[in-house]
Amino acid sequence: MGQKRTSTLTAVAAHAALIPLALLTLVPFVWLVIASLKNTDDFFSSMFLPLTGEMITLSIGQLSISLPEVAWDRLTLANYSRLFFELGIGRALLNSIFLSSTTALLATLCSAAGGYALARLRFTGRKVITTAVLAALIIPPPLLLAPTYQLLYELGLLNTFTGLILPAIAPAFGVFLFRQATIQSVPKDLIEAARIDGCSEIGIFFSIVLPLVRPMVGAFMLITFLATWNNFVWPQVVLQSSDKFPLSVAVSQLKGVYRQDYGLLMAGTVVSVLPPAMLFMLLQKEFISGLTAGAVKG
Amino acid sequence: MSAGRPQGRSLAPYALAGPFVIVFIIFVVVPLARAGVLALQQTYGPQAAEFVLFGNFAQLARDPLFWRAIANTLVFTAASVFIQLPLALGLAMLLNRPGLRGRGIYRLIFFSPQLMGMVFVATLASIVFEKRSGLLNQALHWAFGVSLDFPWLQTYVMPTLIITTLWMYVGFNMVYFLAALQNVDKSLLEAASIDGAGPWAKFRHVTLPAIRPVGSFVVLLSIIGSLQLFELPYVMLNATAGPANRGLTIVMYLYQSGFEVGDLGYASAIGWVLALMLVGFAIVQARLARTEV
Repeated sequence: MGQKRTSTLTAVAAHAALIPLALLTLVPFVWLVIASLKNTDDFFSSMFLPLTGEMITLSIGQLSISLPEVAWDRLTLANYSRLFFELGIGRALLNSIFLSSTTALLATLCSAAGGYALARLRFTGRKVITTAVLAALIIPPPLLLAPTYQLLYELGLLNTFTGLILPAIAPAFGVFLFRQATIQSVPKDLIEAARIDGCSEIGIFFSIVLPLVRPMVGAFMLITFLATWNNFVWPQVVLQSSDKFPLSVAVSQLKGVYRQDYGLLMAGTVVSVLPPAMLFMLLQKEFISGLTAGAVKG
Repeated sequence: MSAGRPQGRSLAPYALAGPFVIVFIIFVVVPLARAGVLALQQTYGPQAAEFVLFGNFAQLARDPLFWRAIANTLVFTAASVFIQLPLALGLAMLLNRPGLRGRGIYRLIFFSPQLMGMVFVATLASIVFEKRSGLLNQALHWAFGVSLDFPWLQTYVMPTLIITTLWMYVGFNMVYFLAALQNVDKSLLEAASIDGAGPWAKFRHVTLPAIRPVGSFVVLLSIIGSLQLFELPYVMLNATAGPANRGLTIVMYLYQSGFEVGDLGYASAIGWVLALMLVGFAIVQARLARTEV
């Protein structure tokens, strides 16, 4: 009995610590969404929802509480309509969707095929490539920023989507992950059996290997999608014309021009954050498993 | 059995690994080699270049801005490792209590800021810390009646950046620690309790050794990420390094040198120093992870 009571007490203590921290984590999100729906005056005069200045009294049975009245009718979608109809943020949204999904798809396909080939196929150059991939894991991307810019300039790929997508579709990290995944979950015997049955090597990859490493396919695609969506430096360096900007660059430019227009900036942030957040909520399990796979299984 | 199969099999590996290998060579191996050449050059934009040999590195050594950038970045990195990670571990231990209700929801909430990219967090944070209209000043004014006009971002550049990344990354690192904690052998903890070990002794001698591998992985990841900090200060400080360059980081200086000044050579030299620092930290960290118990 005594044991049980202390454990209930410590459970209460744990929640007493966790609930305020959870609220602290969520408050900026709530503030962001409400701020995006306010006009400039209300932005300055109210912390969260705009108030009428009147008090309303709620009576629940004997209990009555006085609360400041919320001016719901002052909340407005004006910031959003300005973003889409005057500032053309829809274009940036489409650019982000296109860049992120294309990069995610191609990078996953390239990495899965490369990782499988390095793990299970024999060919000349395999050892060299494997070593190069492992070595490339420690290269900090900023080191390649200047030479890649120069290379894209020479190839005539500056200010093109190709120049942004192409360097991102062969990530050493992805090949490394898929090589590990293949070693862990694609039995050699199965591949041998398929070969004896007359299945082509490409057929084996698509119909046997890909389904077996499916958890990694899902996780890596999602990780790449989010990373591309949130990427700022590369599009900032590679792209020049504003009709090509993804949301990351477009919003940071808005911030430069409309510095004091807080509601507008918050609306731009909401538009930028909502699509990947929804995608994540849908595919949450795959993401967490992919995130921790490398760390826990080693 | 078709006659063409043996040959088809020998080509197939190249077809599968080919796309990756080709792109890898063009966009990793070639740029890496060129980063080596560029570091010895001075350029004006992508075209004109002249060899200065080790002049870039000599220049860096006496460039006060570069040292400023290194100092700022190291302060930020130290904060990530010594403030952010202990908080993440503490949070994970709170969540790891056996039979805790709502663990999944808490985990999702604490992880959620990670879904926002750095640029968007920077946009939000710069307004949270703004004078007058900012959430922080409005909350402090409401609670304690202090002035609304305190310019957080201008006065405390580094602390604001660190607080913002706490919000962003504590939950992210917590996910790793929580996964590690859930693999700690419960019978060992029970055995330690029976032997009369207190909570601290159990943590020190059972939990900590068990989560060590994940712990050192998270430390390394955190150092690598912190040394490459760029977007957050760049966007929060409106494409500047902040007052008195207090928000200047190594990668921001690389970006400014290469793409605002136009000297890709100097930028590459900075890139090599960054790479060396990363390798150095990785080696030191691996040593520490092995020796200390």
